[in-house]
Amino acid sequence: MIKLLYFASLREALGVANEALALPVGIATVGALRAHLAARGGAWEVFATSKSLRAAVNQAMVGPESALAAGDEVAFFPPVTGG
Amino acid sequence: MAVSVQEADFDAGAEIAALSADDAGVGAVASFVGFVRERHDGDLIQAMTLEHYPGMTEKALAGIVAEACSRWQLRRVRVIHRVGRLQPGARIVFVGVASAHRGEAFAACEFIMDYLKTRAPFWKKEETPAGGHWVDARETDDAAAARWATDKL
Repeated sequence: MIKLLYFASLREALGVANEALALPVGIATVGALRAHLAARGGAWEVFATSKSLRAAVNQAMVGPESALAAGDEVAFFPPVTGG
Repeated sequence: MAVSVQEADFDAGAEIAALSADDAGVGAVASFVGFVRERHDGDLIQAMTLEHYPGMTEKALAGIVAEACSRWQLRRVRVIHRVGRLQPGARIVFVGVASAHRGEAFAACEFIMDYLKTRAPFWKKEETPAGGHWVDARETDDAAAARWATDKL
């Protein structure tokens, strides 16, 4: 299982803040996970269409090639706007 | 080298004083305080809610402070970022840096703010008379952070 977290405008668009997901066979990177989530359709298609969505694995920002493993905490969010 | 993420307001004067307390090696303290503006691109702001990613936020801020300490000789650093619902005029963020000389303090303070704006997981949602909307990231913030990739003191 992995823990998925969604923040800010993405959380509101999906209507979900977090979920637990059994890592599907063949999904080994953040980029592959995005494609998997986009395949849910509807609001989830943002994972395929958005160029600006950011990802973090275990609370560190990563790129789409970053590897995933069971137990990971994976977060998706829009570009940050603090300060 | 303390980092705090909190709903409560802070006392900027007390934080500045603490940066040089009991350290006569400090020759300079530079600080920055960010506030909620009453207007954003012409829209009247009634309130702003800051969301963050608990856990990652603290790690990201600590990492930014560590990076600043590796680039400049710093004696003390303090970062406070508020979360939750804030009114116009409210303080949002404090960055304070103590060093022997002003150059390090000025540079590190600006560096920490530039990196915080692009790397720390905070998101602002503004309430306006027309409804709530999430603030878009600014390219100028990315450009401000990017210049530190090559610039050094």
